[in-house]
Amino acid sequence: MRPDLHHLFRIDKLPHIWCPGCGHGIITRTIGEAIAESDLDLEQTVIVSGIGCSSRASGYMNFDTLHTLHGRALAFATGVKLSNPQLNVFVLTGDGDATAIGGNHFIHAARRNINLNVILFNNNIYGMTGGQYSPLTPTGKMATTSPYGNIENNFDIPALAIASGASYVARGTAFHDKLLVDCIKEGIKNKGFSLIEAMSMCPTSYGRRNKMGTPADMLNDLKTSAVNINVAKKLTPEKLEGKFLIGTLHHKPYREFTEEYDKLIDRLRKEDI
Amino acid sequence: MSELKMEKKHFLSGDEAVAYAVKLCKPDVIAAYPITPQTVIVEKISEFVAAKEMDCQYLHVESEHSAMAASMGASLMGSRTFTATSSQGLLYMCEMLHYVSGSRFPIVMVNANRTVAAPWNIYGDHRDSLSQRDSGWIQIYVENAQEALDATIQAYKIAENSCVSLPVMVNLDGFVLTHTYELVDIPNQEMVDEFLPSFTTTNKLDFNNPKSLCFSASPEWQTEFRYQQYEAMEAAKKIINKADEEFGKIFGRYYGGMIEEYRCADADYALVAMGSVAGTTRLVVDKLREEGKKVGLVKLRSYRPFPKEYFQKLGRRVKAVGVIDRDISFGYEGAVYSDVKGALFHPGAQVKTINFIAGLSGRDITKEYLTEMYQKLEAIDKGQNIAEVQFTGLRWT
Repeated sequence: MRPDLHHLFRIDKLPHIWCPGCGHGIITRTIGEAIAESDLDLEQTVIVSGIGCSSRASGYMNFDTLHTLHGRALAFATGVKLSNPQLNVFVLTGDGDATAIGGNHFIHAARRNINLNVILFNNNIYGMTGGQYSPLTPTGKMATTSPYGNIENNFDIPALAIASGASYVARGTAFHDKLLVDCIKEGIKNKGFSLIEAMSMCPTSYGRRNKMGTPADMLNDLKTSAVNINVAKKLTPEKLEGKFLIGTLHHKPYREFTEEYDKLIDRLRKEDI
Repeated sequence: MSELKMEKKHFLSGDEAVAYAVKLCKPDVIAAYPITPQTVIVEKISEFVAAKEMDCQYLHVESEHSAMAASMGASLMGSRTFTATSSQGLLYMCEMLHYVSGSRFPIVMVNANRTVAAPWNIYGDHRDSLSQRDSGWIQIYVENAQEALDATIQAYKIAENSCVSLPVMVNLDGFVLTHTYELVDIPNQEMVDEFLPSFTTTNKLDFNNPKSLCFSASPEWQTEFRYQQYEAMEAAKKIINKADEEFGKIFGRYYGGMIEEYRCADADYALVAMGSVAGTTRLVVDKLREEGKKVGLVKLRSYRPFPKEYFQKLGRRVKAVGVIDRDISFGYEGAVYSDVKGALFHPGAQVKTINFIAGLSGRDITKEYLTEMYQKLEAIDKGQNIAEVQFTGLRWT
């Protein structure tokens, strides 16, 4: 039995504005579910988002929420967390928001290992502005700005996060929603920068242009292209060709930024005395 | 007029009209980043490039800041460039706006006027571009899609004039102009080529004449650079008028250069408006004229440089002037109003003035509102006491 989440959403703001077949609604529910199952104090929880389809999610969630500037959600969230490290701070962002216009904030927030829970909705496109390619549009795929196919290479978001210093990194999909809930819950438990890449789908601005079929077909693609990391360990490289890994990809807790900051303040206060 | 018949009428949105203008101006490099309500411009251009109807490098960059940086990089190689933005995007490239104008690169950009957050809102007003008043860019405001097309072509002519060599921002109202359709004449290529020759400049990197661009200038020289920018803006006043005249001779459409007067010759009361609201105001002027009211419209096309000399003269001929501001400079009054008032009150002027703050964040400026504005101008002229700054259609006071 999945939990009743009505109290976590602004019911008067529903139905949402995402297109039929969009994966973002499923992902937004998983965030609510992970929060409900993690026993968080809802009064001490803040949700910060940037700009784009992903970042509409904060508007539907019944918390203290901030809908900030394009690419800057992590910068705002860093300020929120530093001002009161006791708060549970979630950041909802997208592939364009977090890795293009906000790429710098992304690597530096990860580098500091600041205790934020980041859910990155990856729909492989700038959906809200009508389908321009993002750093996560796969090479070769069509977008309004790549009518002959995208010639650029993509970020590997988990690899980028790990290399930058994130202490918890996982990936789920709109199909593997239960796994996504578990990953977000692990991220909440982790004291440090937690990055969960949530693979979504955009039938309107990406799927249609790339002849990917119905939203159900796209959901099925997520199902068949994803391989759980525990299963992948037993598979040969040939079998993993064209697949992507899901589950907890990295978990290595180490010194967290707001704690180190508090320690510094304590130390200097003592030295002054 | 046989040449004019060669123009073809198309049913276009303001954004599409701009895209056709850009195509006709043959830029070498286009930097694009999407933002509502501008996105259709760069999207339409990408279709032209894809269809090989345009021969240019098209860059899809990762932010507006990068869009302007890439445009400047291309411009300093001697290329003609184009980019478009709006609202938050314009603010994000603010640092680059100053960098481009200070380095004197004649970049042309179209800004789809949209308000700025917070609160978030995607609809139109002039708060985005007016906040960039002092960035050193020429700012032109247009009334309809045809003017958006024509002003974009004129913008290159103005920017690339060697006496000017400044960037130009063409502003069209978000949604009201960007997303509405009208019949637009698309000039033929030969006529545009005649009006706008290919771009040549000495302000570029050249292996045969090595030089340093974007350098530092110490306090000993900085003032002289700023003086040159000041002079270039003053020179632009003539060039904007001249470009419009030349354009009119070739294409048969005139816009008045920096300002256009509508039924002002014998007017007692004039409203000053920028952008699409000028169109509605014309209708109101006609209606009030039928009723015997001596009213007129001053359409302000060039906000920077500002036609100070024109308003100095206007202040001696009319009894009252109202300025419609689709913005507010918090702590004072509408930004356009301050400038108009400053010029009107030339010694000898007895004119009365009111500032109408209207059309913020996409709220309509209706004919009824405009009629009320003219009534208020008459009322202050007759001695009635009316607060100087009026918020039009306010839900409460």
